[in-house]
Formats: sequence, C-alpha cells, structure tokens
Amino acid sequence: MKASAKTHARRETSEVAGPIELLRERDLQQIIEAVLRLAKKIGVPETEVHVDEAADALTRFANNAIHQNVAEHGLTVSVRTVLDGRTARATTNRIDEDSLRNAIEGSLSLAASQPKNPLLLSMPGPQKYSRVNRFVKQTAAVTPEDRALAVRRACDLAIKRGQVAAGIFATGQSQSAIGNSRGLFAAYRETHGEFSITMQEKPAASWAKANSADVRNFDPQKLAARASEKAHLAVQARELPAGRYTVILEPAAVLDLVGFLFYDFAATALQDKRSCLNERMGKQLFGKNISIYDDAYHPLQLGAPFDGEGMPRQKVQLVDGGVPKNLVYSRSSAKIAGKKPTGHGFMLPNEYGEAPMNLVFSGGKSSPEEMIGSTDRGLLVTRLWYIREVDPYEKIMTGMTRDGLFLVEKGRVVSAVRNFRFNQSLLEMLRNVELMGPAVRATGEEAFEMVVPAMKVREFHFSEVTKF
Amino acid sequence: MYNWTNLALETARLRGASYADVRVMHQRQRDLTTKNGKVGTLAQSESIGLGIRVLANGAWGFASTDRLTREAVASCAAQAVAIAKASASAKRHDVVMVDEQAHIDSWQSPFRKDPFEIPLETQLSLLLAADAEMRRVKGVTLTETDMQFRKTDSWFASSIGSRIHQRKVTSGCGIAATSFKNEEIQKRSYPNSFGGQHALQGYELIESVDLVKNAAMIAEEAVALHSAVQCPEKKGTLILGGSQLGLQIHESVGHPIELDRVLGEEANFAGTSFLTLDQVNRLKYASEIVNVVADARLEHGQGLGTFAYDDEGVPAQRTDIIEAGQFRGYLSNRETAHLIGLKRSSGTMRTEGWNRLPIIRMTNVSLLPGNWDFDDLIQSTDDGILMETNRSWSIDDRRYQFQFSTEIGWEIKGGKKIRMLKNPSYSGITTEFWNSCDAICNAEHWTLWGTPNCGKGQPMQTMGTGHGASPSRFRNVHIGAAFADQ
Repeated sequence: MKASAKTHARRETSEVAGPIELLRERDLQQIIEAVLRLAKKIGVPETEVHVDEAADALTRFANNAIHQNVAEHGLTVSVRTVLDGRTARATTNRIDEDSLRNAIEGSLSLAASQPKNPLLLSMPGPQKYSRVNRFVKQTAAVTPEDRALAVRRACDLAIKRGQVAAGIFATGQSQSAIGNSRGLFAAYRETHGEFSITMQEKPAASWAKANSADVRNFDPQKLAARASEKAHLAVQARELPAGRYTVILEPAAVLDLVGFLFYDFAATALQDKRSCLNERMGKQLFGKNISIYDDAYHPLQLGAPFDGEGMPRQKVQLVDGGVPKNLVYSRSSAKIAGKKPTGHGFMLPNEYGEAPMNLVFSGGKSSPEEMIGSTDRGLLVTRLWYIREVDPYEKIMTGMTRDGLFLVEKGRVVSAVRNFRFNQSLLEMLRNVELMGPAVRATGEEAFEMVVPAMKVREFHFSEVTKF
Repeated sequence: MYNWTNLALETARLRGASYADVRVMHQRQRDLTTKNGKVGTLAQSESIGLGIRVLANGAWGFASTDRLTREAVASCAAQAVAIAKASASAKRHDVVMVDEQAHIDSWQSPFRKDPFEIPLETQLSLLLAADAEMRRVKGVTLTETDMQFRKTDSWFASSIGSRIHQRKVTSGCGIAATSFKNEEIQKRSYPNSFGGQHALQGYELIESVDLVKNAAMIAEEAVALHSAVQCPEKKGTLILGGSQLGLQIHESVGHPIELDRVLGEEANFAGTSFLTLDQVNRLKYASEIVNVVADARLEHGQGLGTFAYDDEGVPAQRTDIIEAGQFRGYLSNRETAHLIGLKRSSGTMRTEGWNRLPIIRMTNVSLLPGNWDFDDLIQSTDDGILMETNRSWSIDDRRYQFQFSTEIGWEIKGGKKIRMLKNPSYSGITTEFWNSCDAICNAEHWTLWGTPNCGKGQPMQTMGTGHGASPSRFRNVHIGAAFADQ
C-alpha cells in the first residue's frame, strides 16, 4: 500500500537513534482511505477506522542512578464494521494490505456472529471540530541524553543531602485519527512530558510530580528540591490516633480522590443504575462552593477534541453550586435519553458508553499559606495511595496517606505524622470543603490528569494508623 | 523469527553492547462481554513486534519496534544501545548478572480446546444464556458477563546463545449481577469478581466453571443483600473464601517479596517493602501451618504465572517463600540474585508484551493446602464471619497495613452459617494477620486462582499472576472498619 511504503521509508532511513518523527496527518488519512476502499470492495455496508500512533520514552531512576531506560514506537489500525444491525471491532498493528483485509474480515466475522441490536445507530457523517494545539516540538525533541542529564542533577542533589532519589522522566508524542465510510474524518496529535520524583531520607520519603504537553512548563530540579525538603521534614514522624481531622489536601491528593467520580457522570452509568448520581440529579449533593465542568478545550487539559465515534467534544457543566446538573452522552445514550450527544463516547462497541475525561473544578483563591494559617489543628496531606471504592453509592473510598503527612497546629506545620488509612465518602468530603486554592493541572497515580484545586476539608475520616 | 532476533543481537554487539536479549512476540486476543442481555464488547486484536534489552557501558537500554524489517530492527537495536550509553552517564555501578546456561527449546502450554477455534456463536450464546438467567431474578438491575482469550507466541534469544519459543494460551470468564434499591448498590460475581476466573487453559476452563448453572444463585444473593444485616465492627474470627484469600496472598505476600521493590527500584510508584534484606530466615511471617511457594512450573498447575522459561531465558522454578511460618525467600532475577547470595535467578522476569521491559513479577504465589475439610472448619468455629468474593482491596506502599472488603459475608455461630451479612470488610497488619492463621482447608478445596490485572512498572505493565488457596481461618482480626463511623 502506498501509505505504508511511505511510512517505512521515512522511519527507517537511519540507524542513528534520534527523536522519531510521527506520520503526517495526510499519511494517516491515506491509511484510513485505503481501509475504507478495501472494505467497500469486500461489500461492508459501514466501516469506521481508527489509526493511533505513539512514540514514547521513559527514563527511570532509583538508588540515585538510572536503572531502566526505554523507548517504544507503535502504530495500530482498528476497524469497526456494521452489518445489518450488528457491529464488532478488530485491531492490528500490521499495515500491509493482507493484514488490513484480515482485520476487516475479522471484524465482519465477529459482527455476524451476534444477534441483531435494534438500538445500534448508523455511523455519523462529517463533523466540525475546534482546533487545539497541544504538540510542542521542544517536547518531541527531548533525547535520552537530555533526560539523563536532568536525572543526574536530581540524583546529585539527593547524594549531597544524604538522601536517595527514585523517579521517572518521560517524554513522548502521539496521534489519533478517525474516519468512516460516511465521510467523517478527524485527527489530533499531542506531546507529553512528565517528571516524578521520590526523595527518601530514612525512614521517611516525600514526592513531587508534574505533567504537561510542554516540558518547559516544569523544572525537574525544583521538583527534586521540593521533594527533598519535605522528605527531610518528614523524618521525625509522630503517631496520632485515628479519627476525624481537618485536612489540607494538596492538588495531587484531591485529584486521586475526585478522579473516582468521573464515571458517575456518564448517562449510561445512570441508565445502568450503577452511578452514585441515581436519584440525586438536581439535588444539593455537594457544598455550594463546588462547581465542576468537563472541558477538553481548557488550556491546562490534554486530549483529543473528539470522541470514539468522532463526535466533537462539548464543554459540559456537570455540577453547578453543588448541584449535579448535567451528564455526558454518547450518541447511543443520548438517543435513549432524548438528549444531544456531548462527544464523550468511547470507541464502539463497549458496555460503558461514555465518560467525562477532562474534568475541571472551579477552585478558589486561597493560597496554601492561608489554608495552613487558618487551621487550628489539622493534617497537611501530600499524596494518597491505593485508593479503592468501598461503597459505590455513598462513594466511600479507602486508601493510605503516603510520602509526607504533617500536623498543623495553630496555623503552623509543627511535625510529621505516621501514615493513616482513610475511609471517606467523597459526597461527604465535597460537602465539607472550607477553602480551595486555584485549580491547577494536577497529576497523581490513581486518576488521569485533571484540573483541580488544593482543598481544606473538615472532618476527614482516618480509620487506622500504620507503622511508619 | 530468529532471523530478526539474530539481526538485533548482532547490531547490538557491533554497537558496543556487552549483553543483549531480544523478544519477538505475536499476541492475539478476543474479548466478549454482554450487558443486560445485549452484546457489549465484541473485539479481537493482534500485535506483533520486537523488543531488545542491552547492556552497554555497564548500564541498561531498551527499545522496541512494531516494524519487522531489516532497517527497522537494526535501528531499534542501535537505539537501545544509544539509550544504554545515556543511562551509563547516570550510573553508580556496573550491572552484574548471575550466570545462566544457554537454552534452546520450544514449549506450548497444554490445552484441550483452542478457544480461538470455538465458534463465536457458541461463546456468545453461553454468555447470553447466563445473562438471561440472572435477569430472571426480580430486583436485579444490571447483568454483566465476559470472556477473554489470549494466545501469545514469543521467540526469545540472547547473546549467551539461548533460543526459546513459547506459546501460551489463556482463558477467562465471569458473570456479575447488580441490584440498586433503597439508595444502595449490591453486587455478586461468579466465579470471582473483576472478570471471573482466569487460567493458562483453553476453552475447557469456560466449560468447567458452569456460568449458567450459577447465574441465578448470585443474582438472588445480590438482591438478598439489601435485606441483610450490616457487618458489625469488632475484633473476631474471620474465615476467607479461596478467591479472596488468593488476593490477600497477592497483596500481602506476593508484592512484598519482589526483590526490585525491596531494593528500592519501585520506590517512586509501586512502593517498597517491609521485607528488608535482613528479614530472610529471621522473620516469623506467619503461623507454623502456613507454607507459601512461588512456583512457575506446570507441576504446580495451569495458572497465569505458569511458563517454561521467564522472559530473561531462565527456566521456571519453585521457590520457598514461607516455610512453616518462617520467611525464606524473594522473587529475583539475574541482576538481583547475587545481592541475596544466590548463584542463580529464581526466574521471575516477565513482560506484558514486545514493547515492554521484563521486570520482576509474581509467578504462581500460592498458599499450600492444609488438613481441614471445609465443613469441619465451619463446625469448629463458635463465633466468626465468613467473607467471600473481593469487592475492594488496598494496602500501603510497604505492603504492611491492608484493608479488604468482600461482596458477601456470613455470620457463623455455634458451628453454623446463620445469616447473610452485607458490606463486610477486614483490615490488619500483614505479619500479625498471617500469624493469626489457625486452619487451612485441604487440597480438595484448593484452587489456583488467576489475577489477570496486576499493574506494576513505568510505563505500566499489566500481568497475570496465579494464587493457589483454599478457605482458611484467622483469629482476632479487625472486622468492619470500612463502614464504621460513616
């Protein structure tokens, strides 16, 4: 195939390792058109094609040295066919003509094996999209040597301070394109950079992390210095009894908790009666200071401006003044509910429908100093860990504090504290928010990146204490 | 495929690598789900590519490519060497590997029925039949079923002369019924939650678990849970069903024995371990009746952690982890084995796919059977709670303080199951918990459970692990903390 031959020629001209150049948008379009032509020749009534390409690299360090250092490149072609009210998907990473034909025929064979679904919709036609620019050439150009240099400086800081550093420096670029036999076509590309560091000073540790499309938006050395200072502060930890405490949650801790709410705003989740919002829409569920949007176009967000069927993403206000107001809809769930699709559907076929993937909390104006200064007795939480859902309707979550828990008394951080287990309802937590900082692009380990503020929350429930 | 591995190895050598290993992998998978009587996911995929790991200037580099052409493979190998040289600029010492023989072999996991040869109509009609059985039960508001099949061919070659081909076929299936009523969601799953049971078997696994026969029972239990009594908070006797105990082993034994965690290599993400190197042969991990092994050999069973060779070319082995309650050993690889005085790796390097670096992973980490019959275990319990089928799991980053909740509990009084309990949970400290074990059921009640979704590493890798377990009893456990003071 023409597109494939070009692809090979451009990628394989040199044995010298350097930044990989992704295919051009028109190359992706040629692959999609080639699949659509093949499918038409086979006699497929409706065909949808996704092409995804990623080139990622990650330098990992521990014990003050690089111990893993990887790079990958991959491209997949995913074909969905529709045949008389039946649909299925087949995916391959081989782009020769025989492999693409096999994918089409595999998808057809899967589709034909099932009962007819009278609710299956015809594929959408061409759509209009807002452009977003999230590809930063400086991120795409980062080399293994660049990452190694930043890591070496962070490790040197750790050694100088008698600490042990561990973490990652990752950079990459990716793109997605979708096209279908009704003429829809959309494409998106982005870059991503991430630096995460844990500084250990026995028996304590602390952590800092940043993530952005543009590597120039974070400074690995500043992150290393912050983690180092907090690790040192955390060395002499005292044990406090379990119970309810006022907490000041840094943005990463907020993110990893509220990230568990995003599926609940899917219309399909309510139709399935597995959302905590069932029978609660339009009610004062959270505090009046809580407003939440899904906004793929927010300047701190990443992600494509279209969904798994190629529908343009809409900005949706999910919560207004503590009241859940709107849900997000795929084409299918919108049809069932008599609403318009919001562009949040997953690739079909699937059983989950849709979800808001670009949550933005409205936030507040309080600085960390104001939150600490206004606290008579409470705990400052750096990060939470291993969060899992204990009760899906009351949204009780359990997990641990990690990498820096500090006691605040009379407006000052006075000591480090041993880690706690919490069992806390998210619904209750979002009713108990006293202060918020400005919303920032937060990154943790449990949820994907969102725009959330630091929060001061009263009566946060710590149920047990651990040994360190 | 060995033409590609040879080319990659030779390129790496010419570029200055002192050691290299290469994996070409071809992965095929099929996923089927139903929801409320309709087909949900219906998808298949295949992926083929090559990954090469090299040692140059005493440090590691890894690169992968999905293009199997001479130019792309050579470029990938050169890239791995360049990355290794960059790694060397931030090293503290040269990597040292324990010796391993070269192996030339070909192996296929045993199965009676190739799941990819079973008609899709047969597979879907089984799921739809189980789905229909659950929907017959009044009060059920959501029904879900799933099947997953994987077939992986891997061709491993290393610069010490190994050439190993392995074909592994895995199957998995499960069903779940959910009921929403009176501002409460209750759910029951069979034969396990989060996707069911998974094993290194063919379609015979699906037939053996009999989804349709068990569908009505779990649907009725999901509805009945609304009327059940809330599990109390107390210190007391706990009996765990086999699948829940399998996950308990995974989290509180399997992860802390990974030597990369112990050595701090996972400190930024997955965490470290309370099992510091001074603990081996000293720590009384558990009571005297507890014996745990890590066993990747076929003799142990057809689990998700069964293979002939690991992804570093080391043959499958059995390692004693806990022997009569004493902590005995870790999961190691060729790089770490010498740090605990071993002359050979325990063979636990595994990779998710061709584009991922092999890392230390659990194989089948199993609690060996005890002597008890299950009925005798219940009859000998005066006051306790039986908990079955995991609902949530969480443990701290040193694998010490844990909390689990299960889908269903049963109150036991005077040696009898007297009533159903809802929202059961328990929590504790790993070594205190395992030292409180006073009864383990026998081999008749032992199942090698599959955990298909174990996440570790950066970039994240998902791996299947096996955990043999039979129902067991623990004393003086903190029960019910998750819902206390809510």
